[in-house]
Amino acid sequence: MRNVKAYTLSTCPYCKAFKAFMKSQEIPVDCIDVDLLIGEERKSVMDDVDKICPGCGYPIIIIDDDVIIGYNERKLREALRL
Amino acid sequence: MSETEDKEKEIEEYTDTLRKFAAKTGYTLNPDEAFLRMIVVGLLENKKRFRYASCPCRIADGKLELDRDIICPCVYRDPDLEEYGRCLCGLYVNEDYISGKKGGEPIPDRRKINKMSR
Repeated sequence: MRNVKAYTLSTCPYCKAFKAFMKSQEIPVDCIDVDLLIGEERKSVMDDVDKICPGCGYPIIIIDDDVIIGYNERKLREALRL
Repeated sequence: MSETEDKEKEIEEYTDTLRKFAAKTGYTLNPDEAFLRMIVVGLLENKKRFRYASCPCRIADGKLELDRDIICPCVYRDPDLEEYGRCLCGLYVNEDYISGKKGGEPIPDRRKINKMSR
């Protein structure tokens, strides 16, 4: 199974849709809700996010070495080989 | 009234307020009711956290003076509607979005881009 990690926001509808899709497919995902972090931890994670995709919105999904920006079920299915 | 009923009422009332505001100002809300609900829930969560309804798709600082640009409707709404047919979170859409001409792909965050170019 591919390793899935995502930077998300707890309030974002696209992030919620992504989380719901992954749950429906029973695929574990390591989600970091960046808006719930505080202080240095938030700053450090935001710096990481900007390195991955400067100027991009959420969610930022990393599947092994592939990066998917935003929630797009077709792209996700392709990347996850579903 | 139960907590769930209270929450539902709050969501309904805020959605109604947003609809009236949109109609009065000549804008259109996302016609996808389920998606619209998720946006409204996010806005209400931020309203509780910060006392103002900042964009649910952006990270607020929690200080009003730093977050004014992302209080809904954010200052990026109109250029995003013009270019992509929807605002970043998708609360506001236009005919190009509804007809499927624009807005299907994720859009960049103008706020982040503005900050990077400073």
